[in-house]
Amino acid sequence: MNVRHIVITALVLLLFAVLGTGLVAFTYDSTRGVIAANARAKLLRDLNTLVPSDRYDNALLNDTLGVRDPALLGTQEPVTVYRARKNGQPVAAILAPIAPDGYSGDIKLLVAINADGTLAGVRVTAHRETPGLGDAIEAARSDWILKFAGRSLADPDEKHWAVKKDGGVFDQFTGATITPRAVVKAVKKALIYFQRHRQSVFAGAQPPTAEAASP
Amino acid sequence: MTEPSYASIARDGLWSNNPGLVQLLGLCPLLATSNNLVNGLGLGLATMLALTASNVCVSLIRGIVRPEIRIPVFVLVIAAIVTVIELGMHAYLHELYAVLGIFIPLIVTNCNLIGRAEAFASKHSPGRALVDGLMMGGGFLLVLVVLGGLREVVGQGTLLAQAHMMFGEAARGWTVHLVDNYRGFLLAILPPGAFIGLGLIIALKNVVDARLQRRAQHVVVAQPVAAAS
Repeated sequence: MNVRHIVITALVLLLFAVLGTGLVAFTYDSTRGVIAANARAKLLRDLNTLVPSDRYDNALLNDTLGVRDPALLGTQEPVTVYRARKNGQPVAAILAPIAPDGYSGDIKLLVAINADGTLAGVRVTAHRETPGLGDAIEAARSDWILKFAGRSLADPDEKHWAVKKDGGVFDQFTGATITPRAVVKAVKKALIYFQRHRQSVFAGAQPPTAEAASP
Repeated sequence: MTEPSYASIARDGLWSNNPGLVQLLGLCPLLATSNNLVNGLGLGLATMLALTASNVCVSLIRGIVRPEIRIPVFVLVIAAIVTVIELGMHAYLHELYAVLGIFIPLIVTNCNLIGRAEAFASKHSPGRALVDGLMMGGGFLLVLVVLGGLREVVGQGTLLAQAHMMFGEAARGWTVHLVDNYRGFLLAILPPGAFIGLGLIIALKNVVDARLQRRAQHVVVAQPVAAAS
């Protein structure tokens, strides 16, 4: 095999590498905006199921805060807090904590807490629990997760913030206790976090004009 | 090398050399995403599109790619095409993308694609490579849809659940509940159900093949001339 042959072969390979990379880069660039908009729209839809859009008038997706509390929020990473306000007054905070002790790994949650400390609602955004058993924590599969709405640290009291099997008031599922136990625990901890840090969670209000920028 | 007829390419892809039932290629995504009909259809269409596009590209460049570098070039072509499809789905079929997630990029490693590139597209004209891609992809899609439908019916008692993820909000009402108050049969939805279901479909295909062969033999005995063409 002569040098000429080797060089041409290498150049052909290089040509395809450049073409392939160029094609991917071009597609990435032209879809980037749509993908980011999709992710924001999806997030806003999720947040609005917990705190309907008529309850607040600020730009929910922009009025955020990053907080870190591994013991109460279940992750070393900063957890995002979305803050809903109306006429500048705090309405609710939506935390995105993680239940780290699910049956198969992390369960990602959205926990919406009204300014008075009651739960506006809880949703699961990502999990890998067993299909047909643990996945009843999804709002699409059962109404279990809806029953958190209206609860607070006083209702039920501290001792009864657990699944029935552990002496609490929340149902477990047939054949799956670990999953609901993890969710109940994470919601309770999020409430405790909110109670301790209520002032700082709503601190740093954005000027009300920010709402005009929201689409 | 003589070019095979379009009819024989179609027969190969859809039935006699079906990637899902005979070659048993790309089983990982096939088994993992076929837990309902819509997921199966989504991955099947994505795979078919990727396979057809990669087949045509490989066939078009078969004159300039030297044998020493053909495999890296095929991999580059396939990876670029699949990434483009993935980004497209992420942008325009967002919800379905969220469900199929990891399995879209994994189409890169689906042996069907490199297999057809090496065994067929690099030796045949773009037209035939296109048909081969459509038919092989179609065969794979059919298996995914049948297996997904089967597992969904047995596992949940429904068909076309979550159709809105693919066809938009109008499809929300498409879900067919075959049995009222069905309690669900978990095994069908879990991974073992995929193996059992695929096994049953392969067995069924073999029974049909055996039957066809027996009938063909009778025909051959009756009209020996017809078999010579």
